[in-house]
Amino acid sequence: MTYHVNFNFVWKYADKLYWGLLLSIELALISIAIGCVIGFGLAVVHNDGHPWLRRAVSAYVEFIRNVPLLLLIYLVFYGLPSIGGLTLDATGSFVLTLSVYSGAYLVEVFRAGLAAVPKGVVDAGKAIGLTAWQRLIHVRFPTMIRIVLPSLSNAFISLFKDTSLASVIAVPELTFGANWIKTNTFRAVEVWIVVAGVYLVVGYALLAALRLLERVLMPGRRT
Amino acid sequence: MSGAYTFVVTTFPFLWQGLMITLAVSGAVVVISLVTGSLAGIGLAYGPWWIRLPLRIFSDVLRGTPLLVVIFTIYYLLPFAGLNLQPMPSVVLALVAFKTAHVGEITRGALQSIAPGQTDAAKAIGLTFAQRMTTVILPLATRRFLPPWINSVTDTVKGSALVSLVGIVDLMLAAQQVIGRTYEPMPVYLLTAGIYFVINYSLSLASRRLEARYAYIRE
Repeated sequence: MTYHVNFNFVWKYADKLYWGLLLSIELALISIAIGCVIGFGLAVVHNDGHPWLRRAVSAYVEFIRNVPLLLLIYLVFYGLPSIGGLTLDATGSFVLTLSVYSGAYLVEVFRAGLAAVPKGVVDAGKAIGLTAWQRLIHVRFPTMIRIVLPSLSNAFISLFKDTSLASVIAVPELTFGANWIKTNTFRAVEVWIVVAGVYLVVGYALLAALRLLERVLMPGRRT
Repeated sequence: MSGAYTFVVTTFPFLWQGLMITLAVSGAVVVISLVTGSLAGIGLAYGPWWIRLPLRIFSDVLRGTPLLVVIFTIYYLLPFAGLNLQPMPSVVLALVAFKTAHVGEITRGALQSIAPGQTDAAKAIGLTFAQRMTTVILPLATRRFLPPWINSVTDTVKGSALVSLVGIVDLMLAAQQVIGRTYEPMPVYLLTAGIYFVINYSLSLASRRLEARYAYIRE
């Protein structure tokens, strides 16, 4: 018996993949937005805060970065409700996990960005009488954001790929759609080839779009 | 006391067995991908276009696809190449392919960071390509290669948790199975997270120490 490759089964359920893909992008977008807030806040705390706060931020970053994302997903989805913590549906739980996860990576990005803001620029802000808070909002933040933009793009693409893990707690994103089609049609090879291609094409298209955005936001700079 | 005792007895032996599988899978992947990845990196840095082009495609495709999707695709695609493998070798192959792409990029980056003057000087004293590589370029590039490579070892250990999804009882799946019996998710997850943390954090520290040690090198 030979196996006849037949992609028709995949096209028949293409809507599962389409809606799944949109959800994947959405999950990545929401998580990186929340992750940026966590990341920037904690980066400022780490740069300017009390040594104890600094250590707390480092502990959070080191813990998250050294544990598999899969384990964190399980921990939040199955673990937290079991000890009377908050109970979220699968999608909410995944967004929470990915936000906390991306936050830990983005702290490092923002911290490096803040450290790269030239001292003279901050001093100039001081010289014209800006308070520490005003310097942060009007001087350090805008300067930093241009420095970290390429890293943010990379983090976003990486998170988009990480959303594939949401399938393990039955969030109906792209990989979950693929699994559904596989289970219902037994066309495993076809569906995985198509889905791998979708991740690849969409990932690189997003990257190209983000690079274009960087060029618009930072005219006159390389990349 | 007895509660803690029961927890240890019902949990530790299973997690230990799982940990051994996690370490075996990670170890195999790290060792094989070090060899294949270094070769891929040398090919990417110095190869003629007909070596560079396929390597570039291989590397970009694997780095642009989620590891989970790579594992499933290779798992179902292998029979078409005449290979009917058990889950374990198949998933190790997928991880090795994924890691080869990453180690290849680290190697290429390290090689290309070596000043071209070194190559020119080695050529000028008449060394062949193999001699230049082994006596001049690779020793210099190793310092650039080691810190990011150790970080990629951390990624391998974390990525190996995905083998649980094709039914291999590694640390991750062992934890799930223990929870299936004891209905105590949180302590088991935290313990498992602690084990992963200890392994990976030691690696991160080693990487940072190496980086500090080579910080004096400027080119």
